[in-house]
Amino acid sequence: MAKSSIKVRAKAKNGIVTLKGLISHPMETGLRKDKKTGKAIPANFIQAVDCEHNGAAVMNAEWGVAISKNPYISFKFAGKSGDTVKISWSDNNGKSDTLETKVK
Amino acid sequence: MQRRHFLKNTMATGAAVLAASSGLLVPGQVLAAYNQAAFDAKDVPSAIKGALGSDSAEASDKIKIKAPDIAENGAVVPVTISSTLGDVKSITLISEKNGTPLVAKFNLGAGSEAYVSTRIKMGKTSNIIAICESGGKLYKAHKEVKVTIGGCGG
Repeated sequence: MAKSSIKVRAKAKNGIVTLKGLISHPMETGLRKDKKTGKAIPANFIQAVDCEHNGAAVMNAEWGVAISKNPYISFKFAGKSGDTVKISWSDNNGKSDTLETKVK
Repeated sequence: MQRRHFLKNTMATGAAVLAASSGLLVPGQVLAAYNQAAFDAKDVPSAIKGALGSDSAEASDKIKIKAPDIAENGAVVPVTISSTLGDVKSITLISEKNGTPLVAKFNLGAGSEAYVSTRIKMGKTSNIIAICESGGKLYKAHKEVKVTIGGCGG
């Protein structure tokens, strides 16, 4: 199995799960130019990030090009240790990735 | 014979499950259709309007934006938004002077706290605006971030 592009750590404390995730992705805006050739580097960025907690959607983000490369995201929701969380992203080229993990 | 049936059946079910899951995926993607117009908007009011349907937001001190006063590198500006407003449905993040101001919109489901943290790119010194959707109304807050090196060029 290829190495996942997503790294997630979810921790529960007092009934609240704090999820921190890192996605490895270039997040090209389409405005940058290649310094050698002078050609524009085509846009390649994540448009949507979804998170499911025990099968129910807790967060769905719509992203523009202004999110930094290798995006970091963190958010909180009600939950407990042992719950499953599923994070997935999709970019403007139709690529996507999903990761499922357990809350610690 | 029985084995053959079994194989045939499992294969058929497998195909059906595959079809169902891909079928399920398609409407999901349609539902969450990318809001191209809002993300392409060049000025703040039309970006807000495109993302949230209205650009009349009330200033609120219940929204907290945590971001550096001075960002040395505009390509990576950590921003955390939290709010004590109840029942926050979405948090929208805008960087006023970016070419396309709309940065991101976080739709929060039931049970989610009004809290998001991420890292954004900023072209130059400007205000970060956070808009929270709560109880059918929009609330906003802003914070200025000084950028020494822009994050939108090469």
